Amino acid sequence: MSTDISAGASAIVIGAGIVGAACALELADAGFAVTVVDAGPVGGGATAAGMGHVVVMDDSPAQLALTRYSQQLWTQLQTVLPPQAEIMRCGTIWVAADAEEMAEVERKRHRYLEEQIPCDVLDAGRLYQLEPNLRPGLAGGLLIQQDSVVYPPTIAAWMLDRVTEKGGTVRTHTQVDRVEPHCVILSNGDRLAGDVIVNAAGAVAPRLTPGLHIKQRKGHLIITDRYPNFVRHQLVELGYLKSAHQSDGDSVAFNVQPRPSGQLLIGSSRQYDESRAVDHVIVAKMVARAIEYMPAIAELSATRVWTGFRAATPDKLPLIGPSPANDGLWLAAGHEGLGITTSLATARLLVDQIMGRTSAIPVAPYLPSRAASEAMHV
Amino acid sequence: MNYDCDVAIIGAGPAGIAAACCASECGRRVIIIDDNPIAGGQIWRGGAPTRQAAQWRDRLAAARVTILSMHTVIAICGKTVRAEAEDDVSAIRFQKLILCTGSRELFLPFPGWTLPGVMGVGGIQAMVKSGLSVKGKRIIVAGSGPLLLAVAAHLRRKTGAEVLLLAEQTPMAKVLRLGASLLASPGKLAQAVKLKWQLRGIRTTFNAWPTEAVRRGRGLAVMMRIGRRSETMECDYLATGFGLVPSTEIAQLCNCACDNAGFVVVDSSQRTSSPDVLAAGEITGIGGVEKSIIEGQIAGFTAAGRTERIGRLLGAREHAYGFMRRLNDAYSLRQEVLRLADPGTVICRCEDVRLADLASQSSAREARLQTRCGMGPCQGRICGAILRASMNWRDESIRPPASPVRLASLAVPPAADI
Ligand SMILES: Cc1cc2nc3c(=O)[nH]c(=O)nc-3n(C[C@H](O)[C@H](O)[C@H](O)COP(=O)(O)OP(=O)(O)OC[C@H]3O[C@@H](n4cnc5c(N)ncnc54)[C@H](O)[C@@H]3O)c2cc1C
Ligand SMILES: Cc1cc2nc3c(=O)[nH]c(=O)nc-3n(C[C@H](O)[C@H](O)[C@H](O)COP(=O)(O)OP(=O)(O)OC[C@H]3O[C@@H](n4cnc5c(N)ncnc54)[C@H](O)[C@@H]3O)c2cc1C
Repeated sequence: MSTDISAGASAIVIGAGIVGAACALELADAGFAVTVVDAGPVGGGATAAGMGHVVVMDDSPAQLALTRYSQQLWTQLQTVLPPQAEIMRCGTIWVAADAEEMAEVERKRHRYLEEQIPCDVLDAGRLYQLEPNLRPGLAGGLLIQQDSVVYPPTIAAWMLDRVTEKGGTVRTHTQVDRVEPHCVILSNGDRLAGDVIVNAAGAVAPRLTPGLHIKQRKGHLIITDRYPNFVRHQLVELGYLKSAHQSDGDSVAFNVQPRPSGQLLIGSSRQYDESRAVDHVIVAKMVARAIEYMPAIAELSATRVWTGFRAATPDKLPLIGPSPANDGLWLAAGHEGLGITTSLATARLLVDQIMGRTSAIPVAPYLPSRAASEAMHV
Repeated sequence: MNYDCDVAIIGAGPAGIAAACCASECGRRVIIIDDNPIAGGQIWRGGAPTRQAAQWRDRLAAARVTILSMHTVIAICGKTVRAEAEDDVSAIRFQKLILCTGSRELFLPFPGWTLPGVMGVGGIQAMVKSGLSVKGKRIIVAGSGPLLLAVAAHLRRKTGAEVLLLAEQTPMAKVLRLGASLLASPGKLAQAVKLKWQLRGIRTTFNAWPTEAVRRGRGLAVMMRIGRRSETMECDYLATGFGLVPSTEIAQLCNCACDNAGFVVVDSSQRTSSPDVLAAGEITGIGGVEKSIIEGQIAGFTAAGRTERIGRLLGAREHAYGFMRRLNDAYSLRQEVLRLADPGTVICRCEDVRLADLASQSSAREARLQTRCGMGPCQGRICGAILRASMNWRDESIRPPASPVRLASLAVPPAADI
């Protein structure tokens, strides 16, 4: 699809989450007059509920390419973000429980090094040196130094402040009812026209663009009181690969993040469930898993448990590009559990397509039109 | 431990005790859950019991009620209360649940309100009851409402403290009007006269409130606004109290509807909007101990299925509601005291968020997400009430646990049958 973009063209972005905000900023930088519309406050959807772990992941080559590219963009952005962005370059340790997982550590290291992503294999001794609160008997781990932790809601707000400075408009607490060619209709009946319309409505994007293969995948997180240095890296069990990947069914994994405040953010669970209520059964499993890896966690004080929805696609890759159905509509949705990480690359790849620019990485794996093909259903 | 009962009651203050007695006397199996070591709630705990307190204590002892003290409620899962005990999680299965979780103090921020030596009137009273010596200390008691009088009287009579000033923000005329209306309630009038007598000799001012406190020497210098004048006074403690706000976390976890002021909405049988959940006492409105006892009794009978017994209590409740309205009217907060903070004043103590940080936010949820206001261990219990009172921002986002608990407690799976 080609859109004829003349100077002063207008764009409407639906959704002020991290993805919508990043797209809006990229569009404003490209010279568009941007309007961002969100039913709630800025960054109040999945962006407020997720972990904010900026992480390179290698489930598939396309995922590795996207997360790696995005992390490079994060490294640039982090130099200008304000303190409220709560950036912590803590790195990730993939924790291996046994020899089998240590073999996976080796494979993972190999894949990362091929992409020039610095990483270190940790033997058990080194692992306990870095993270003394892990339980004894673990095999080791893989440390990825460049991964970081951020606080996404304030970053979305910062991006939209830049959009406003460039003459754009941000309309919060404004619901979009439906999308028509080059136009969105608000729930109060108002029509907003735009040369480019971006659906960045996250997990509920299919409500505006029916037929998208996006399902809501619920997750629980727990935040604790402050315990500085209790954990120093984002810790994820390597077994996570086994559990997170079963497409159906509920799963939990050990996933603990240090916050700059000294708090711990503890995850994670995955289930297909549309209710935002806390499910105490899966929370119990999730905490039990965390205690299994880190027994001393049991005595820490938990202040809040909440839920959020990931926008899950069948092949676990986001939809970035023109909507197959609707002229003038572009999609930036379906980021599952990686949308904080991949938001910046998403915005870049989307605006590359809108502007007809060549992208730094191939866009084909993320095109929404792939949904029609078999590739989507791996 | 697992428990099974007909009626579970959360909160062992006057409302909870009255509810427990009534439900139990109707033959129901009753369990009261309370996070304190001693039953009685804010008012009946500690100190020598009043006659009324002693009567209810004896009645409770005679009723067959299980009291789970030192149990912190985590969440309500279906028809089970999950509560953290010392080393364990208890599951209390119920048919009916009565919420009697009471109220807490409303703090209003002014420059210096977070200094050591500045505390809530309820806080200083609790500390004195548990052994803090204030003998010979100079104390200013300031804020609004009858609690100020009670605390000032207590400090002076029982502790040997020197109460320098009792500053009430409301105009004297409003309090006199309330006093006149008490002529119809001999009991309340007698109480008021007694209090007045106990307060004799304490300098009492109306239209008066603190505007700023700073450290001076080992104590404080407090700038007081008294009528049109300003006066700086030195003291050791400044005890403030601007009224009470309901503790509705558990009610919100049960999805009970609340009104604009934040109180749980109940029907004439004390039923909330949530099926099988009732509420009584200060979470439905701040109206004194009589109101709580009457509502507790009604809730106890309703939960026991004995609604025919509530008829004779309805008149008394109407009377209590009338008093509550007059009381709240007499002590309604003036705009000036809602606006004492300056841009540098801390609003959220847990996360050190100042008024200036909130300037560009337009709701409690935005403030939470963008500034961390209310994200700390107290989960907005203090600043949430401040924002509601002074900005009319409502944060209705209550998530489990109802108060902080050990992660080990969250790891205990809920019983399989729910
Ligand atoms: C438990 C959990 C943990 C996670 N951990 C991580 C992690 O560690 N690292 C990582 O990279 N990612 C993580 N994620 C994923 C990440 O949070 C999401 O992928 C990301 O926030 C998606 O951003 P978004 O802007 O697409 O969606 P959202 O933030 O949900 O934004 C969509 C916005 O669209 C608005 N909207 C929707 N419909 C309409 C409408 N009709 N009209 C107007 N506005 C509308 C919504 O109000 C919302 O603000 C996690 C997610 C969860 C749930
Ligand atoms: C990195 C990070 C760190 C965090 N740290 C802390 C922390 O230290 N302390 C802390 O307290 N929190 C923390 N949070 C969590 C935050 O306070 C929220 O809990 C989080 O944003 C999840 O939102 P919620 O569901 O609790 O929000 P809510 O405010 O409960 O609401 C979510 C949305 O759903 C809507 N909604 C409410 N009820 C319903 C309903 N019944 N049906 C449909 N919609 C409804 C609301 O209007 C709102 O738009 C952190 C979050 C992140 C991302």
